[in-house]
Amino acid sequence: MRYLPLTPAERADMLGVIGVDSVDALFEDVPAAARLDGPIAGLPMHASEMAVERHMSSLAAKNLSAGAAPFFLGAGAYRHHIPASVDHLIQRGEFLTAYTPYQPEIAQGTLQVLFEFQTQVARLLGTDIANASMYDGSTGCWEAIAMAGRITRRCRAVVSGGLHPHYTAVAHTMAKFTGDVIATRLPQLSATPDDAEVIAAIDGETSCVVVQYPDVLGRIPDLAAIAEAAHAAGALLIAVVTEPVALGLIEAPGHLGADIVVGEGQSLGVGLQFGGPYLGLFGCNEKFVRQMPGRLCGQTVDAEGRRGFVLTLSTREQHIRREKATSNICTNSGLCALAFSIHMTLLGGEGLAKLARINHDVARRTADALAAIPGVTVLGDAYVNEFTVVLPRDARTVVRELADRGILGGVSLGRLYPHAEALSHGLLVCASETTTDEDIAALAAALSEVLEGQVLEGVPA
Amino acid sequence: MNAPNTSGWRPAMGEAGSGESALITASGDRGLALEEKLIFELGRPGTCGVDMAEPVGDVLPGLSRFLRKAPAPLPGLSEPETVRHYTRLSRQNYAIDLGPFPLGSCTMKHNPRLNEKVARLSGFADLHPLQPGQTVSGALEVISELADWLITLTGMHSVAMTPKAGAHGELCGLLCIKAAIEARGEDRGVILVPESAHGTNPATAAFAGFSVENIPATADGRVDLGALTARLGPDVAGVMITNPNTCGLFERDMKAISDAVHAVGGYVYCDGANFNAIVGKVRPGDLGIDAMHINLHKTFSTPHGGGGPGSGPVVLSAALSPFGPLPYAARAADGSVHLVEEEDAAAMGHSQSFGRMAAFHGQFGMFTRALTYILSHGADGLARVAEDAVLNANYVLRSLEDVLSAPFGKAGPCMHEALFSDDGLPDDFTTLDIAKGLIDEGFHPMTVYFPLVVHGAMLIEPTETESKDGLDRFITSMRSLAARARNADPSLKSAPHLAPRRRLDETQAARKPVLTWREGS
Repeated sequence: MRYLPLTPAERADMLGVIGVDSVDALFEDVPAAARLDGPIAGLPMHASEMAVERHMSSLAAKNLSAGAAPFFLGAGAYRHHIPASVDHLIQRGEFLTAYTPYQPEIAQGTLQVLFEFQTQVARLLGTDIANASMYDGSTGCWEAIAMAGRITRRCRAVVSGGLHPHYTAVAHTMAKFTGDVIATRLPQLSATPDDAEVIAAIDGETSCVVVQYPDVLGRIPDLAAIAEAAHAAGALLIAVVTEPVALGLIEAPGHLGADIVVGEGQSLGVGLQFGGPYLGLFGCNEKFVRQMPGRLCGQTVDAEGRRGFVLTLSTREQHIRREKATSNICTNSGLCALAFSIHMTLLGGEGLAKLARINHDVARRTADALAAIPGVTVLGDAYVNEFTVVLPRDARTVVRELADRGILGGVSLGRLYPHAEALSHGLLVCASETTTDEDIAALAAALSEVLEGQVLEGVPA
Repeated sequence: MNAPNTSGWRPAMGEAGSGESALITASGDRGLALEEKLIFELGRPGTCGVDMAEPVGDVLPGLSRFLRKAPAPLPGLSEPETVRHYTRLSRQNYAIDLGPFPLGSCTMKHNPRLNEKVARLSGFADLHPLQPGQTVSGALEVISELADWLITLTGMHSVAMTPKAGAHGELCGLLCIKAAIEARGEDRGVILVPESAHGTNPATAAFAGFSVENIPATADGRVDLGALTARLGPDVAGVMITNPNTCGLFERDMKAISDAVHAVGGYVYCDGANFNAIVGKVRPGDLGIDAMHINLHKTFSTPHGGGGPGSGPVVLSAALSPFGPLPYAARAADGSVHLVEEEDAAAMGHSQSFGRMAAFHGQFGMFTRALTYILSHGADGLARVAEDAVLNANYVLRSLEDVLSAPFGKAGPCMHEALFSDDGLPDDFTTLDIAKGLIDEGFHPMTVYFPLVVHGAMLIEPTETESKDGLDRFITSMRSLAARARNADPSLKSAPHLAPRRRLDETQAARKPVLTWREGS
């Protein structure tokens, strides 16, 4: 077995030092009735590197990868070009195979990266501070709601219908057990987001207002107006960003009055990976730092006065506070944070702005091409790189028929909202710098073919 | 693992450096010991390490009122500067690729590179989580195949694959327990947790809305069955037990504990952080466990990456399976695999699910790596993993117990980790000094001050991927450090001397937190 260095002779020597006859003697505390006396039946034995790679490659080959087809999916996971140096650098063994930096004298590499990451995230989101990352955007969103509850001592969260439905579902799951109230609604197939309904739902019991920016249908809510209404009622505004590239073009939520900004950082550096691992971005106003969940890296000095970095404020965390901790989280998403940070370093603020503009250009061209198809309507006139089109029939079947033609044409709202008939004709379409003019033409041609002869009648109101 | 620094240590500011630091260089670098500035000190506005075409169109008129006033104030670096920055930083890290990393309970073992190669196949790495099912059948097979392995290795009924890490898996297990109790129309609010538990256990129970009560340990480092049984009653929802426990010992009474908890209508959660000690040797399902998370980054060697990402699938008993989270992969009679989401949960008989606990389908990039690891070892190799991990730990235990106090050493063999305490060290010398001394010796320290049931705990987990030569070098260094402490060597009190940094002032970091870089700071 290639990963096990001990030789039979060494095992025998070591048993001698220990003073037992066999390895089995070391398992004497396991009750004999439960001890297995050989390899578990029905499972294969060890295999060579070549054989394992062959098997795994055969499974990979059964999938249609995004890069092998015209590709237009977003909805919380985004495909961008990742510079080759990003993946090379995160595979440095000193990063890949290090542990959480609890021994700072020999973990300054990881710690400085986290300090730089926190600064990049805070500046991108427009917040005072940011933590060292969360599991992903959806879990970070719930942690923000829980944090707002601790700060305001209220337990009613007003959640926009424009929040990604998986994020809303996670909040519902957790709220069932904590006793929080999640006041939410389904999105409408309208040109503008539900700002007015959100503002109307705020009351004196509201701990926070949760608004996605841009929202799940690609529209841009007026965060400043919502922040004003929330603050007037003593509530916090939590802004949720699932596509950080959009912040190259539109204003940072922290500059518009958001108190906590959470995000999904996957779109920079991390890649799609069929849904994970990703990384949660989490920034907030400095005065809330002691209520923040997750790890924090801080600057300090060593015994010779040299600048160095450590994990800090750990009195909030589970390994110190146990049942009184701000969160049960132990790991963050360190390697994904490193990938995000490297990609952000390569881009810089101006590079990110340019990347966002290019994404917007491509999305506009895509929208124009789709709008030219009879029966297809593009929703709204303000989006960055993702928008909703309304089709003359259920978008779920359209997506499957496009896939039959080798095209990954978008995310149907029926996939996201399976029981909402009113949304079933909606198709979420996302474009990026990786989308070519040929891809757009292929999507438009295939969609025309799939929809041929259908008109926009019968769209549910 | 980490625990509070109870030593009362404070940095000795201005203390003279070790002899070789007398030479001052103009650059601040010292041979191959390279200092590195922050990107905010290196970068320039407008520099970009990515070539892009110029944008061609106009911004949508409707978007104009939302536009950013100025680009985010983030410096950029060219590609050569970027590669150099991160490569230089990487050299300030210790890593399992450089030497033994004996952190008890954390399981730092070799990360096979085949796993990395497989995870990067475009058919896995470049898949969107919401692609239509017909385009991702191979990915769903990966989830299902790994699920089958985990169920079989643990002897359980089903597995929830979506939890993002161990603590998230604990939450998943407790939410299953809570849902099951509610489905019975009962109200039970107490979770019992042994004193030696990981901090995540009580934190998770509290986060899920339970109140937490501690159960004491016996003198031989195990759960006190009598005390536990005495506390059981109709208000107890369940227990959370780590097995093997955090003292590195197998809970011999596990089945009796499970039976007692079940007898009063409670459920048994097992923290599976230490499953690597028993994989292929005993199945938790045979011990009456109802739910157990498996840290894929521990037992199945997905890389720790400097603190994540983890992955924490939760195996469930038949009693808890109906309550597991969405989505999950289900294999049909014809062998095809189908993703069960909200749309067809009811049709698939899963309407009692407690819901979704994260977007999408879990840490898929970790599933490919863990399955690759499992297939490489096979049923025979996995049992050998547990055997060698336990053999290595007992070798360390018996090679050090004459120079360090081993509180449970007399009671018999340990499992995958060897526990020592600071008893017998001179008054001035602490566990922290031994740990920092190990850094100068070129090793990563062991877990310190955890578990809390032992004074000045040192928890050493060598793992099965350490060679005998590597162990012998580690043992030699540990014996030397124990001797230096006994001889009251003052240089040990100020260790490390030879690392990129001396001891860091954690008090200052916490008192006036500096969490982001600011101009002139």
